[in-house]
Formats: sequence, C-alpha cells, structure tokens
Amino acid sequence: MTKLLKSGAFAADAFNTIADDTALPEGAVIVSLARFEKERETLLARNTPIGVRLKSDENPTRLGADVNRLSLVALEFPKFRDGRAFSWARMLRTRLGFKGEIRAVGDFLFDQLSYQHRVGFDAWEVPDHFTVEMFNTALAEMTDVYQPAADGKKTIRQLRAR
Amino acid sequence: MSEIAPNMYRYDEFDARFVAERTEQFAGQVERRLTGELTEDQFKPLRLMNGLYLQLHAYMLRVAVPYGTLSSKQVRKLAHIARTYDKDFGHLTTRQNIQYNWIKLVDVPAILRELASVEMHAIQTSGNCIRNVTADQFAGAAADEIEDPRPLAEIVRQWSSLHPEFLFLPRKFKIAVSGSPNDRAALAYHDMAVEIVRNAQGRTGYKVLVGGGMGRTPYIAQVIGDFVEKDDILAFMEAVMRVYNEQGRRDNMYKARIKILTNALGIEEMRRQVNIEFAEIKQAGTLQLPKEELDRITAYFAPPAFETGLSDTMPDAGPAFANWVRTNVTAHKAKGYAIATITLKTPGQVPGDATSDQMDIIAGLMDEFSVGEVRVTHEQNLVLPHVRKKDLPAIFAKLRELDFASPNAGLITDIIACPGLDYCDLANARSIPIAQKIARTFEDLDRQHQIGELKIKISGCINACGHHHAGHIGILGVDKKGVEFYQLLLGGSGAEDASIGTIMGPGFTEHEITGAVERVVEVYLAQRKDGERFLDTYRRIGMEKFKAAAYETVAA
Repeated sequence: MTKLLKSGAFAADAFNTIADDTALPEGAVIVSLARFEKERETLLARNTPIGVRLKSDENPTRLGADVNRLSLVALEFPKFRDGRAFSWARMLRTRLGFKGEIRAVGDFLFDQLSYQHRVGFDAWEVPDHFTVEMFNTALAEMTDVYQPAADGKKTIRQLRAR
Repeated sequence: MSEIAPNMYRYDEFDARFVAERTEQFAGQVERRLTGELTEDQFKPLRLMNGLYLQLHAYMLRVAVPYGTLSSKQVRKLAHIARTYDKDFGHLTTRQNIQYNWIKLVDVPAILRELASVEMHAIQTSGNCIRNVTADQFAGAAADEIEDPRPLAEIVRQWSSLHPEFLFLPRKFKIAVSGSPNDRAALAYHDMAVEIVRNAQGRTGYKVLVGGGMGRTPYIAQVIGDFVEKDDILAFMEAVMRVYNEQGRRDNMYKARIKILTNALGIEEMRRQVNIEFAEIKQAGTLQLPKEELDRITAYFAPPAFETGLSDTMPDAGPAFANWVRTNVTAHKAKGYAIATITLKTPGQVPGDATSDQMDIIAGLMDEFSVGEVRVTHEQNLVLPHVRKKDLPAIFAKLRELDFASPNAGLITDIIACPGLDYCDLANARSIPIAQKIARTFEDLDRQHQIGELKIKISGCINACGHHHAGHIGILGVDKKGVEFYQLLLGGSGAEDASIGTIMGPGFTEHEITGAVERVVEVYLAQRKDGERFLDTYRRIGMEKFKAAAYETVAA
C-alpha cells in the first residue's frame, strides 16, 4: 500500500486513478495519457479535476496547451534508475508553466526525494512505513545547491553575491 | 616542511558545507546498507554516485581530482589515506582521478571526512551521472594555450555537482575541457567536450563537441556548437544534457551513451533539438554565466608570480638529464620556466601506481620546485606545471631516487593500462602484466628514442578504460573459453588528430602479444619516411604490412 504525501504532510487523496478499461466515476480522476488523448473532449467537459499519469517515455509536451486545464500530472518511475521524470517535471514547471500538482508514483528512493522536490514534484505516493520525519530529513540533508531548478531556491552563486 | 598553497580553486563556506553535508549524507547511506535497510540493488546507484565500486576482492573508492589539479597538502592526505586504509598505494586513472583498491565499507565515511578536510571528495566519480570533469594537464602553463580551461572546468564542476535533473541518466557522462589547439585531454573521446577557441573577430568562446566515446562502439565526437558565447555555456550544456536524459536509450546499457543517441539522430537533428532547449534555457536566464562570475573564478587560477630575469637556457647536466628533458619537459609560457612530466611508467612498474612514500616525496618536490602544485594526466602520469629551468637537474636527481625519472613521456614504454583482471570484475583479461612485459621489452632507451612517439594503450575488456581505441597501438584483452587473448588495434589517436584504431584480426595469446607488437614496430622502422611517427606511417601505408608481420611467426 502507498499513501500520499503532499506539502510536507500526509493528505487524503482527492483523486481516483482509473484504469483504461474502467468507466469513469464521479469526482477527480487520474487517467493515462492514452485515455486522455482518446477521451479528451469528454474529460474536459466533466468540470471535475483531471489528472494525467505519464509513463517515463511520455514527454509532457504531448499534452500541449491542455496541460493548464489539468489539476495534476503524475509522473511514473518504473525503476528508480529511470531518471526521465526529473526532466519531465522540470519542463512542466519551467517551460509549460504548470501550476498544478506533480506527483511522483512508482519505484523511487528516499534518496531521490530532494532531487524530485528541486525539479518540481510536490506530491509523492510513498510506502506505508514512510514518515513525515523521513521526508523532512530527505529535504534537509543538503542545505545549499549549485544549480537553479524549478524550486526557485537561491543558488550558492546567488548566496555568495549577497 | 612548510606547505605552499598553489593558485587553485579554494572552497568557501558554501563549498565546504556542501561537501561536508554530502559526506554525512553518504555516511547515512552506508549505515543503512550495513543495517540492511538498503538492499545491495538499492545501495548500488547511491554508492556509485559517490565513487564506490564493489570489485573482485574489496570495495574500490575513486576519489575525484577535479581537472587533475592537486595541492601538496592534498597529495599528503592521499598518501595518508593509502597508508591508513589501503595497502599503501593509490592508482592514478585515465580520468585524472585516484582510486584505492582495497577499501572496507565501514571505513568509507572516515575516508570521506579526511578528504573533505582538504577540500576533496568522491562525488560523481562513477554512476550514471555527470562524472568528474577533466582538463588539459598543462592548463595555465602551456605555451600553446589560448586560455586556461580550469576556470570553466571548476564552473562545470559546481554546476554538475548533485544536479537534481541529471543524476539518473541513461548512462555515465564524461566531460573534458581544453584551452589549447593541441589536444592533450582526448576531447574527441568524451560524451561532451569544450574547447576554448578564438573566432575571426579575435574573441574567445567555446567549441562544444558531443557524442564521442570508447567502449564497444567507439565514436569520435562531433561539433554541436561551433562558437558558444561564454555567458551561454552552462545553458548550452544543460540543453545537451536534457536532450540526452529524455531520449538516451534505457533499454540496453550498451546503447545508452550519448554517442549512440547522437549517431541515431544524426548531428544535424541533435543540434536542432539542443538549440530548441538552449533557446528556452537561455531565455529563462537563470543559468547565464555573468562575466563577473567567470572573472571571479578565474582569479583563483591566477598564474603564480613568475620570477623575471631567469635564463631561458636549458641547464647542462649530463646525457641522462638531456634524455629526460627531451621527452619529459614541455615548453612553458613564462620565460625561464618549464613543465615537467613525471612518468609513473618505469619499465616493470604498474602504470599509474604510486606508493604512500612516493606521494609524500612528490609532495615535497611540489613544495620545493613547483609552487605546491601537481597535475594528474589522463595518461596516468604526474606533471609539475611551473618549474624553473635551472631547478630541473635537481628535480631529475630526486626523481631518479624515486625511480620515477624514466625519460619516456610519449614513448613506447609510456603505456596506459586499465587495472584489468588483477582488480576489476568487469575485465576479461589482465592488462598490467602485458604492459609490464612490453615496457621491459622496449626498455633500452636508445631503442625507444629511435622509435619516437608511440602510444600504446591497453584495456582488459571492451569497456576500454585503457583507451585502446585511441592507442597508436591498442591492445584489447578478451576471453575465449576461459583463456586470455589480446587483440591488436592500429592507428588510433586521442589527440587533435583523433581517430579510432582498426582491429588487426584474431587475438594473440599472452605469450605472443609482445612479439607481435615488436614485429609491428619493426615494420614501422623499416617503412617510415623522414619525421614520420608510427601513426603517420600507419596512416600512409595501411594495415597490410603490419598485419603480415604480426602474424608471421604465430602461424609457424
């Protein structure tokens, strides 16, 4: 089982992830990119929050202008070694200007949380043994950073210039 | 002895805290592995990202030597680590790093703390991330240099350190930087390389190459940016990284390097995609490199205060010294100064190995004669970058005591070899004994000088850590049904005239390979025209005659 960690605390998941062959229920749903592309009109007409789940080989630019009509994009880590979603999150935030939730799902490690956070993830489906303290620890291990990223954190170069 | 602080990058409070925190973070990961919280499968990418390999007999820790530059204080610390935690020696690698082959996992946090105390670390010396950046070992000293590449190398080091987007790439990513038209950093064999160039208007900027590499599918890097403006360079590099992270293959680790992607897309399409990313990143502005920042970093690398009024004449100190000068001393940009290469290749020696005592003595030489600085070269040698010509005889005398005075830089016994099957669990065959045997065979100095520049490079497996593709003569160890065989390649080069060596044919046994190399060299001596290096003769006459000679007695 997994639970949802959002904005530094555990939160109830307002979304239902719906398999491609299951009828859409009422309320907020997360669907695959394939289903979104196929049922785009219907989904956008529902007037309920929509999330799209992208596989690691699905570039979010495929969502086009629709991206800002979404409430959530879930990015899959099929294996923790597959780092494509780091670039997808970064592009969602800094190129596509996506303001909604970016959720990490799948196989990722505690040790990747801070990097995910830096590139724009703000929600995580974590295993049951996971605690808020662990999350805070992961984000606090490194105080400063060298690179600008989607978190807008001041870089070491900027701090030096003060 | 008092230590002299050379002009190199010095950590400020931010760098120091970054490395200290990273050390404690990794200590925590080691602890979680030791308690079993992390499986070996989960620990593996984490330890690799911090330079820790599990080898045949023990853990191997690879310590970053950013762009090959070390202070004497750091060299003494490396000696201390070898003495305390390893079997009293360290091994210099073809990426200018130093590795320890007999490390205990429980000692790793302590070693990293020792390293942090002298502004060193093992961050990103392995794993599928941007590796420690390398540079021309003569940077800041060479007479032929347009600009010192170290400031950019340091900027790249900082930008790539724990870059959140690029720590889980399809495969490893190696970057090299050079500031001279004479390529001593093997730029063409790197995933990405930056060459400082001057344009028609006399302004300096960066030529960026992409997609070079060795391994089982060698490629020469291609130009992706002819002239990238200085303030754009990080944005441009980030654009290349993003295209690679998105599209590099992840289904087959042997096809995952950027060289495969570059070749699959074609350089034109690669350039188009990179330019789209680049335009966006540049526009966002956060990665622009202001001139003030480049100047600030450059100031760390200011040339030492060279003495003026020194004689530019080479001292006369006998024929042995003259021989050493001929191969191991290079022109310096300052009058009365020279660059001295210390080859760790005395015939019979393990290429690139240095004992703790040797490191300490070298640290002494650095302080006494080279403003406290030494460079590690990708050919597994050391360089004293700023020495007065008048001190060269004294340096040579000290090196002789160390048995490090072999006058063979660039000659046939200055062999690159990977650790091979003696240490590495990827290897198919031993490299070190082959290097030793070839070096002993050609030990006679007159013979070496007669042969002239000839670069032999030996790898114990297809991964090519010994750069066999780039050897004038390359040797590749393979395994055939449990027996070690050695393939010969001819005509490779890692310099500005880069080329990939051609495989001659079936492999030779351990006992045949040295003889085959000798016969190949004999063909060269018989065929060469005035002034031709081995490589030039091979390029002129082709493989045929060499091949006939190499297999001559094997068949008999």
